Amino acid sequence: MTRVIKYIFYDILRTRFILLYTVFLLVSTFAMFQLDSDTGKVVLSLLNIILIVVPLISVVFTTIHFYNSYEFIELMLAQPVNRSVIFLGEYLSVAISLCSACLVGIGVPALLFGADERAITLLFTGVTLTLVFVSLAFLASVLTRDKAKAIGIALLFWFYFSLIYDGLLLWVVFSFSDYPLEKVTLALIALNPVDLARIIMLLKLDIAALMGYTGAFYKDFFGSHAGIIFSTSILVIWIIVPLMAASRIFSKKDL
Amino acid sequence: MNHLQSNPMILFNNVCKNFGKLKALDDINLELNAGKSYALVGPNGSGKTTLIKSLLGLVVPTTGEILFDKKSIANDWKYRKKIGYMPQIGRYPDNMTIGQLVDMMKNIRGDEDHEKVDEELIDAFKLYKIYEKRMHTLSGGTRQKVSAALAFLFNAPVLILDEPTAGLDPVSVEILKEKILHEKRRGKLLLISSHILNDLEELATEVVYIFEGKVHFNNTIESLKMETNEKRLGKAIATFIRQKELLASINQ
Repeated sequence: MTRVIKYIFYDILRTRFILLYTVFLLVSTFAMFQLDSDTGKVVLSLLNIILIVVPLISVVFTTIHFYNSYEFIELMLAQPVNRSVIFLGEYLSVAISLCSACLVGIGVPALLFGADERAITLLFTGVTLTLVFVSLAFLASVLTRDKAKAIGIALLFWFYFSLIYDGLLLWVVFSFSDYPLEKVTLALIALNPVDLARIIMLLKLDIAALMGYTGAFYKDFFGSHAGIIFSTSILVIWIIVPLMAASRIFSKKDL
Repeated sequence: MNHLQSNPMILFNNVCKNFGKLKALDDINLELNAGKSYALVGPNGSGKTTLIKSLLGLVVPTTGEILFDKKSIANDWKYRKKIGYMPQIGRYPDNMTIGQLVDMMKNIRGDEDHEKVDEELIDAFKLYKIYEKRMHTLSGGTRQKVSAALAFLFNAPVLILDEPTAGLDPVSVEILKEKILHEKRRGKLLLISSHILNDLEELATEVVYIFEGKVHFNNTIESLKMETNEKRLGKAIATFIRQKELLASINQ
């Protein structure tokens, strides 16, 4: 399997899409560091880019890549090999290439301008979000036979987690503001990987106070070691569950 | 000899495949024996590709089972060690070189043993010279050559070729045909799907005609010609279809 991953990874690295993505991240990170000398503020501005752009690029690239390799996947599956091996190989090569684009694009400027704990947390959120959304995009890809439909479903995942979910959450908090909602919102946030990543980052930046009483509550919870372990493991679940589901569907799918 | 005949290498037992309402395969019963070469013919959309794909495990039959060497292929993948497959459309990752592709396939096959590998077609098509070329720079015909070379690379006793000669130049067609005939003489089971009946006449001895997901004829090419009183395979199949239609209209 290692050689499958290696060659597909080489192949993806040479696609223009990944190169442009890396350059885009490099340029924006450089620009942010040039504009401001305070790493905290730079990280905050970059966070907004990462929370929107990284999931979007991950889902779109993954679905397009999957459907462009469809015939090749078919040929590989006609060989004496277990389907889950090919599936995992495809997942890992796509995930590794998108993660390395993210690491190079944000990591290199951050190192040049002096990386601290906050920048590293930012990189961590970027990589985890990439992995989560690549998983979700693979799930979208195996759910249907049609490329356009798959991209539609994948975009819907992105749209839902980046925009719609926050609106719903706000509506819930607003409508039930008479009740103590801290624990409920905590649970609701765990249902959205983007929110989870945002909270981790905001707490690291020490601006949770901006979020008032709830912020204090989150800081109390997420700021502790247990909180960090909790949120990271929830994110890992967000990577693994869609991937397992996709792998199961893929191993029984008609190609 | 007869007991060999009753032990077919590949056996389709009442195989049905539905895609929604469409019956792609409708109660297929088929025996394929080692040492014979079968021409798989039928109009577009008759189920040829679905038949091939279900044999490769790419499509799971709705009902029925496929036996390979007397063992069911459901949930198995090891049997594919004995199959070399050349797809109809060869699309490969754009930025992969031919050399990388060959190396990767050897790795997937787990056949690092270079003695076993049959690189005759790679030599004959002179693919060595363009080992460093990336797949997206290759023409459709060259990609077809790569597909063919990969199918023959692992010396598999069963060869499944989906439209092998479509899109190749005359010289390459001859090289490929020569190779197919060579493998046939070595006693391999060949299953060739094609619309170019002249090629099939040279390469195959048996003909399997499928139409609307059903096997309508499965016998030697000679017997088809005898039955229809035609000298060429193309004519014979056309006459056969006409006779079938006539019978069907009488029965109605």
